[in-house]
Amino acid sequence: METYSVLRHLADSWFLLAMTLLFLGICLWAFRPGVRAAHQDVASSIFRNDDHPAEATPAKKEA
Amino acid sequence: MWDYLKLAGLGLVAVLAAIAANYARDLAYQVNALTVMLAAGIAFLWVLRTAGDPKPNVQHEYFDSVIRAGAIATAFWGVVGFLVGVVIASQLAFPWLNFEFLQGFGNFGRLRPLHTSAVIFAFGGNALIMSSFYIVQRTSAARLFGGSLGWFVFWGWQLVIVLAATGYVLGATQAKEYAEPVWYVDILITVVWVGLLIAFMGTLLKRKEPHIYVANWFLLSMILTVAMLHLVNNLAIPVSIFGSEQVQLFSGVQDAMVQWWYGHNAVGFFLTAGFLGMMYYFVPKQVERPVYSYKLSIIHFWALIFLYIWAGPHHLHYTALPEWAATLGMVFSVILWMPSWGGMINGLMTLSGAWDKLRTDPIIRMMVVSIGFYGMSTFEGPMMSIKAVNSLSHYTDWTIGHVHSGALGWNGMITFGVLYYLVPRLWNREGLYSLKLVSWHFWLATIGIVLYASSMWVTGIMEGLMWREVDANGFLVNAFADTVAAKFPMYVVRASGGALFLTGALIMCWNLWMTVRAQPAKATQNSMVPAE
Repeated sequence: METYSVLRHLADSWFLLAMTLLFLGICLWAFRPGVRAAHQDVASSIFRNDDHPAEATPAKKEA
Repeated sequence: MWDYLKLAGLGLVAVLAAIAANYARDLAYQVNALTVMLAAGIAFLWVLRTAGDPKPNVQHEYFDSVIRAGAIATAFWGVVGFLVGVVIASQLAFPWLNFEFLQGFGNFGRLRPLHTSAVIFAFGGNALIMSSFYIVQRTSAARLFGGSLGWFVFWGWQLVIVLAATGYVLGATQAKEYAEPVWYVDILITVVWVGLLIAFMGTLLKRKEPHIYVANWFLLSMILTVAMLHLVNNLAIPVSIFGSEQVQLFSGVQDAMVQWWYGHNAVGFFLTAGFLGMMYYFVPKQVERPVYSYKLSIIHFWALIFLYIWAGPHHLHYTALPEWAATLGMVFSVILWMPSWGGMINGLMTLSGAWDKLRTDPIIRMMVVSIGFYGMSTFEGPMMSIKAVNSLSHYTDWTIGHVHSGALGWNGMITFGVLYYLVPRLWNREGLYSLKLVSWHFWLATIGIVLYASSMWVTGIMEGLMWREVDANGFLVNAFADTVAAKFPMYVVRASGGALFLTGALIMCWNLWMTVRAQPAKATQNSMVPAE
């Protein structure tokens, strides 16, 4: 088969499936249990460090 | 040592540009080469005069000087771009404005790319560079990476704008919509853009915050995707190294598809993802509440990334493009409606519990209207991408109305809001000079957009219906010139809407200027106090 047909077939089947699953996986990942605190922390991070860079690396809260 | 290298490099560029100007095969190339020579010469003198100056340690301060320059450039190019827009809108209404003595320089065909590039890449581009530098520093709690790399990006981008703009007027174009700059300008764009990527990524890498705030994801996706689009769409071979002509690598329908893959994703990533990055930072900041749902913002981001890139073929319905590709573009465009509205809801609901601020704060009003226009144009776009609708709307002024409700409403209004937010903070001023003038700007701009969009709907649909009208024997009823004549009143309304929008922008410039000049400096927490 010429390249076009091979790529076209791949794009229509396995790659489409992989992309869809990857997207759904990312969406589910955003809803993983226990992520609420991290999201709240990052959502309010814009209210810190408005005037100056942070002095030193703060201890990271989670791994 | 580094200064000497810079001097040698700049001197070399100036000499090579002078040689290139001497051997130039066309006027646009010659003017561009002289511009480069001048820019390199000025930069040479600047480096020469500051070489060996002691470099203060500024790691505990944000790199804000380049953002101040970005705010000035955004306002300046905005006014230039809107002004050229009003001029060409008037030229369409009153063709005698294509003056005889300006033929070949100041007629509609030469000025139209000047308008689109000035508003998208000069106004929008400076707004994006300015915002990304501001946002990435604050959310990373780190100074911008790369020393004075930020200045290179800023001045490099202004040089790109000047080269492209003078080139268009003198006839240098590769005739690709929104990618008109010729091959050597494209190379310069690539270099500057890589500088932007390094500055942005470097700052993210040395961040002091554990997480990367969502606005940075949008901005980074803008930088990366635009780099990819730019490289692929501008694959061309110059006819001569001393001329502005080039031959595209792709041809025929492949070229058309690559062009609209580029064109639509320039809208999707430059004018949408990048400005969403601005929305996700500046709207919560101005409202003083965190974004409504961080989870929704993550899904908004990934859905845009996965979907937008496929929507381009909807620009090529009923052409030589294969049917399946057109259908693919249409389907993905329609799916895009959902994440777009998710993002709109996320932006609007950030105000929940603070809706009263709409009454008192005209800047929030501006941001909310901007998000509203984002929602409106991301509904209109998918609808117009449906083949049956497109068969009526394509090639008509409806498309132009759609583009402007997105560009003036969404990109313009959010940028105005950001400028009103940034200028008092960057110049350390006690609030804006006049909130009343912000309200004037708000209403002038809003009424201007409404006039613009509604007149274009009317003329677009009228035009589409006139083109397809056939008599009982199957002959077309209207000649093309009939539609042109019928459009005249709507063109006048459109030009006056644009004039209102331009007036609002001028009021903004006055207001921002007076904020810097006349407002008292903020007393405490001065971000510009010298470090001890």
